[in-house]
Amino acid sequence: MKTTPTYGIMAEFDSASDLVAAARKTHEAGYRKIDAYSPFPVEELAEAIGFHKNGVPLVTLIGALIGGISGYLMQYWMAAISYPINVGGRPFHSWPAFIVVTFEMTILFGGIAAVFGMLALNGLPMPYHPVFNVPRFAMATKDRFFLIVFSSDPKYNPTDTRRFLEGLKPRSISEVPS
Amino acid sequence: MADRVDDVEVANRRAPVIEPGYTFGTVTDKISAIVLKRPTSTGWFIGFGIAFMLTMMMLFAIGYLVVKGTGIWGINIPIGWGFAIVNFVWWIGIGHAGTLISAILLLLRQSWRNSINRFAEAMTLFAVAAAGIFPLIHTGRPWLAYWLFPYPNTMNYWPQFRSPLLWDVFAVSTYFTISLLFWFVGLIPDLATLRDRSENRWAQMIYGMLAMGWRGSARHWHRYETMYLLLAGLATPLVLSVHTVVSFDFAIAIVPGWHTTIFPPYFVAGAIYSGFAMVLMLAIPIRKIYGLEDFITDRHLQNSAKVMLATGWIVAYGYGMEAFMGWYSGNRYDSFLLWNRLHGPYQFFYYLLLICNIGSPQLLWIRKLRTNSFGLFMVSFVILVGMWLERFVIVVMSLHRDFLNSSWGMYYPTRWDWMTYIGTIGMFLAAMFLFVRILPMISIFEMRTLLPEAEVKAE
Repeated sequence: MKTTPTYGIMAEFDSASDLVAAARKTHEAGYRKIDAYSPFPVEELAEAIGFHKNGVPLVTLIGALIGGISGYLMQYWMAAISYPINVGGRPFHSWPAFIVVTFEMTILFGGIAAVFGMLALNGLPMPYHPVFNVPRFAMATKDRFFLIVFSSDPKYNPTDTRRFLEGLKPRSISEVPS
Repeated sequence: MADRVDDVEVANRRAPVIEPGYTFGTVTDKISAIVLKRPTSTGWFIGFGIAFMLTMMMLFAIGYLVVKGTGIWGINIPIGWGFAIVNFVWWIGIGHAGTLISAILLLLRQSWRNSINRFAEAMTLFAVAAAGIFPLIHTGRPWLAYWLFPYPNTMNYWPQFRSPLLWDVFAVSTYFTISLLFWFVGLIPDLATLRDRSENRWAQMIYGMLAMGWRGSARHWHRYETMYLLLAGLATPLVLSVHTVVSFDFAIAIVPGWHTTIFPPYFVAGAIYSGFAMVLMLAIPIRKIYGLEDFITDRHLQNSAKVMLATGWIVAYGYGMEAFMGWYSGNRYDSFLLWNRLHGPYQFFYYLLLICNIGSPQLLWIRKLRTNSFGLFMVSFVILVGMWLERFVIVVMSLHRDFLNSSWGMYYPTRWDWMTYIGTIGMFLAAMFLFVRILPMISIFEMRTLLPEAEVKAE
């Protein structure tokens, strides 16, 4: 693999529509290692850069199941095995009384798994990232939209890729140092 | 035909969710400038100062309580619950509106929520924090409160999972945790905006650390949106369960007036009722002081008023059913409770409760009042008082005269009860003052999605 001093080439756009159209064309042109940045969630964008699989629901489900099952078993073990208290001859395994805590544990673990799963899958926290080296990128959290082709893309070529991005009529183009 | 067109036009003439003319840039600047550019006003310092002093008063009252014990309060036998539980239920109910706005309205695609969800969530957090203080200090020995959690210990025991009081521990701590996560995760993209907009090195570093390197990648947004919807889906049953579990504290007991099946739905409706009243009491001054009328429009006030009117009627149905069952059940203790409410020593509070909670919201039928800030503010205040009285009526009036008249008694709160209660209001307000000063009180990125230019046009 060739090593290049650049991380990628970044193009800046004015609107979400322009960015989605540009991202689609880039993906159609055969670039696969690309990413797009927007100041708010744009539904069509992930699809446009060819990103479909999303692990968050599975992580949340696993978290919720762990919470619910362990919550119930915890109560069963504590109330029926480890520390049984005879209350008027009622059964030790009094399952209706255990539902509330089981439910709360399901929600708690599911919610924690959703948030921390999302952060982990996104690779956050990540205080440093090469895209922050582009001064104009500070506008990505305000009103500008960015598309990047990473230099690790097999089709990447400093001159050709730049020319291709210029053909998408961006507002500006910058090289991202790695 | 012409009539129908007119009707459609009238229907469309509702106030907009966001005033026209804004762009991504101006929305961002306007909300972030409140935190980054606007100088801290004298009014803020005065308001925060008063709230802070009230917080200190609360700490003083709690400190004295720890030294002396719960004997300094007005509680006694038979009224063992008193102000601590009244205030706990009141505060936790107020918290419910935040989760309702952020989670349930998100799932129902009510986009008007986008401009009020952030500070409503903050309100939830602070209200639940204020609520949590009361059961903690009501245990009498708060330094042993960790005994409530199941942890391996040398005493060789485990908590009693068949007790609704333990369910409450799990429900409230889960609610606080999930609300905190929901609020913080919603803040991440906005913290990144503040990181990029601020010129102060310290602010950049602090906001930057909290934003965790958020850069708005399409992959990140995709996972983020999935997570946000899932979290809303989890928080929706949670918020309904929390006040249900609180109502179990009462309904599982056999005390007359508590042992009823209507408690869970009636508590949840009451919680949302008081929560929206608090949202309005905060939103109306905030939008005026910070000039946010373009984002928190009359539409938001109207919609909140309508939610209050609807939940107010559910609460009224609850009162009606309680009274009806007192008569219809034929149970002498239940019918005595009804008599005691209408004619007993606390009758004044029961009638005041009916006026505040059933009478005052009927004013919201008037369209003029629903768009009048001052009128709404006053109605909300009256409703908050009414909801506090409701909990007073439930807790104190059921306990003070139950089955045996040899064990009847009266409850009079002491100055320490009042100091703790008013102190938690101060703590709540102090936290709100800090929140509006250092964090964006309106979700910037969700406001951007409301703008017409956010729509992706097909080629």
